[in-house]
Amino acid sequence: MAEVLLFNALRDAIDEEMAHDATVLVMGEDVGQYGGSYKVTKGLYEKYGNLRVLDTPIAENSFTGMAVGAAMTGLKPIIEGMNMGFLLLAFNQIANNAGMLPYTSGGNFTMPMVIRGPGGVGRQLGAEHSQRLEAYFQAVPGLKIVACSTPYNAKGLLKSAIRDPNPVLFFEHVLLYNLKEHIPDEDYCLPLNRAEVVHPGKDVTLLTYSRMRHHVLQALKTLTQEGFNPEVIDLISLKPLDFETIGASIRKTHRVIIVEECMRTGGIGAELIASINERFFDELDAPVVRLSSQDIPTPYNGMLESLTIVQPQQIVTAVKEMMALQV
Amino acid sequence: MVQERILPQFSSTQVKLSRKEGLTLYEDMVLGRYFEDKCAEMYYRGKMFGFVHLYNGQEAVSSGVIKAMRADDYVCSTYRDHVHALSAGVPAREVMAELFGKATGCSKGRGGSMHLFSAEHNLLGGFAFVAEGIPVATGAAFQSKYRREVLGDASADQVTACFFGDGASNNGQFFECLNMATLWKLPILFVVENNKWAIGMAHDRATSDIEIYRKGPAFGMPGVEVDGMDVLAVWATAQDAIARARAGEGPTLIEALTYRFRGHSLADPDELRSKDEKDHWFAQDPIKRFQTYLIEQNLANQDELKAIDQKIQMRVEEAVKFAEESPDPDPSELYRYVFVDESKS
Ligand SMILES: Cc1ncc(C[n+]2csc(CCOP(=O)(O)OP(=O)(O)O)c2C)c(N)n1
Ligand SMILES: [Mg+2]
Repeated sequence: MAEVLLFNALRDAIDEEMAHDATVLVMGEDVGQYGGSYKVTKGLYEKYGNLRVLDTPIAENSFTGMAVGAAMTGLKPIIEGMNMGFLLLAFNQIANNAGMLPYTSGGNFTMPMVIRGPGGVGRQLGAEHSQRLEAYFQAVPGLKIVACSTPYNAKGLLKSAIRDPNPVLFFEHVLLYNLKEHIPDEDYCLPLNRAEVVHPGKDVTLLTYSRMRHHVLQALKTLTQEGFNPEVIDLISLKPLDFETIGASIRKTHRVIIVEECMRTGGIGAELIASINERFFDELDAPVVRLSSQDIPTPYNGMLESLTIVQPQQIVTAVKEMMALQV
Repeated sequence: MVQERILPQFSSTQVKLSRKEGLTLYEDMVLGRYFEDKCAEMYYRGKMFGFVHLYNGQEAVSSGVIKAMRADDYVCSTYRDHVHALSAGVPAREVMAELFGKATGCSKGRGGSMHLFSAEHNLLGGFAFVAEGIPVATGAAFQSKYRREVLGDASADQVTACFFGDGASNNGQFFECLNMATLWKLPILFVVENNKWAIGMAHDRATSDIEIYRKGPAFGMPGVEVDGMDVLAVWATAQDAIARARAGEGPTLIEALTYRFRGHSLADPDELRSKDEKDHWFAQDPIKRFQTYLIEQNLANQDELKAIDQKIQMRVEEAVKFAEESPDPDPSELYRYVFVDESKS
């Protein structure tokens, strides 16, 4: 077990997959000679050459469309969004082409591609560089959406995403690249469709993903000290959602709080609440609560920015309030 | 009437066309024409739905380019894709069945008129959004290069032909892909079918320099203007471009000057194009022109061409019958093809 940083875990995943499958390639802005804006592809250009680690012009819709064409004809491209927000320019290629074309083609073509990169609210990056596209993309049919949160799951999930014959949108978080963790030396993959029970408990189910997992874990410390025992679940797969794991937890706790970084309106939490009500309404002892980012462009000012996203103390309060409800 | 562009001169003595090649081109153009006429009929009879864009008048471009290609080359089209699919070898019955929404259609009834696909015939689509096929085609061309250079597959010399309209040539994806195609010397033909109109937007009202082929050299690739009503000229031009692409010499931009003989789609009242303009172009019907050529050159006689016409008419009738008799997709398979069925792999 070596201790690795999250961005290196991602790099190792790509490196290992490129080594064992010559049809795997990386495309994007500054992925090659520069090594990626967050160094996820550092050294791969030297190792695999300019076609397998393709530095593209700044033309998001066209290079994403190219990846679609390459995937349809037998390659397995990994697109790096220098920042996931930039891929708004490629919304058409991701939605209409990557997501829908396998279906509209009646199975003539498959789309083995990964679209990955940094997203989320960083440190005062301003609104455009602080986006959570997962919510925008969740309605697109045909896409799998995954968010990693630790070096261990980052590596195992990315490897699975690369091997998956479907298009996978793979979200990393700008503030998690330097997380450190001991991870296995041997080859491992993690399932794309399974949520991770991060901390088993019985009082309330906390559903979260990406960086908010770590805010939840911070809150968990306080809550544990005060005698509460919540169950923490990292969704990992944002589409499809793992209702087996979620359901098992709800049957145990009968209470759910969602903690997410995407905006409240039309967010992942909105979909979760609707689905939980549909599937598990009778199990619930309290209405599902969601803690989401404010419905505003992320402000630059640091104090305003921290007011925009959920803070650990809010999670503590929400749990206490829910536990105080008499049922 | 807007001043028409002077069509580039093409001397048919420049090409050596065998009887077999001539008849192949003729048959393909006739198939395109009859198929589209039949679509109009079926549309008005309520057999097909949605936006249906017919290709009448432009046949010389599809036949001239695609018949100059190999069966394992790639073709990428737009929403005006029926005839490109036919030229690429997708059986007429499968295209017709798709338009009828049937399970036997080339896209299994999931696609429709604007989403024709065939992996077997390397037809990459069928793209309903203007210009979105251009990057996809560029990616397929990149794949050929990758296969050859990275995977060491010497037989990977496939060329991709990417068709789109004058309207699409004002979209950023066009410029972005011209840039990348030259940058990486990709084996691709960008074929602009300049039919002078993008629905109701006249080309010269939308385009600062109406000579689209001149944008090729700006991106470091040859730009060629060709009479898109002359299948021989298109065929010869395509052959040169294909040879260059196959030899690793990179992309070519071909601007084929052509005209659509019907409205933009079957829903278009077609009120903006003048009678004079239409008459000017009807007089250049590519099928009639080629008939004359074949007969003059003694490559075929009137009766032989008639026999081809009849054979194709029957094929189109047969396609309709097949489509009509084919089953709808199985409702229990509504979700099929959203994701790869991993239980089967
Ligand atoms: C992105 C996008 N915008 C608008 C449309 C609507 N639309 C369909 S065809 C068309 C005109 C395209 O003209 P051109 O590229 O010249 O091709 P043509 O139809 O003449 O073959 C437009 C505006 C569309 N399908 N996609
Ligand atoms: Mg046009």
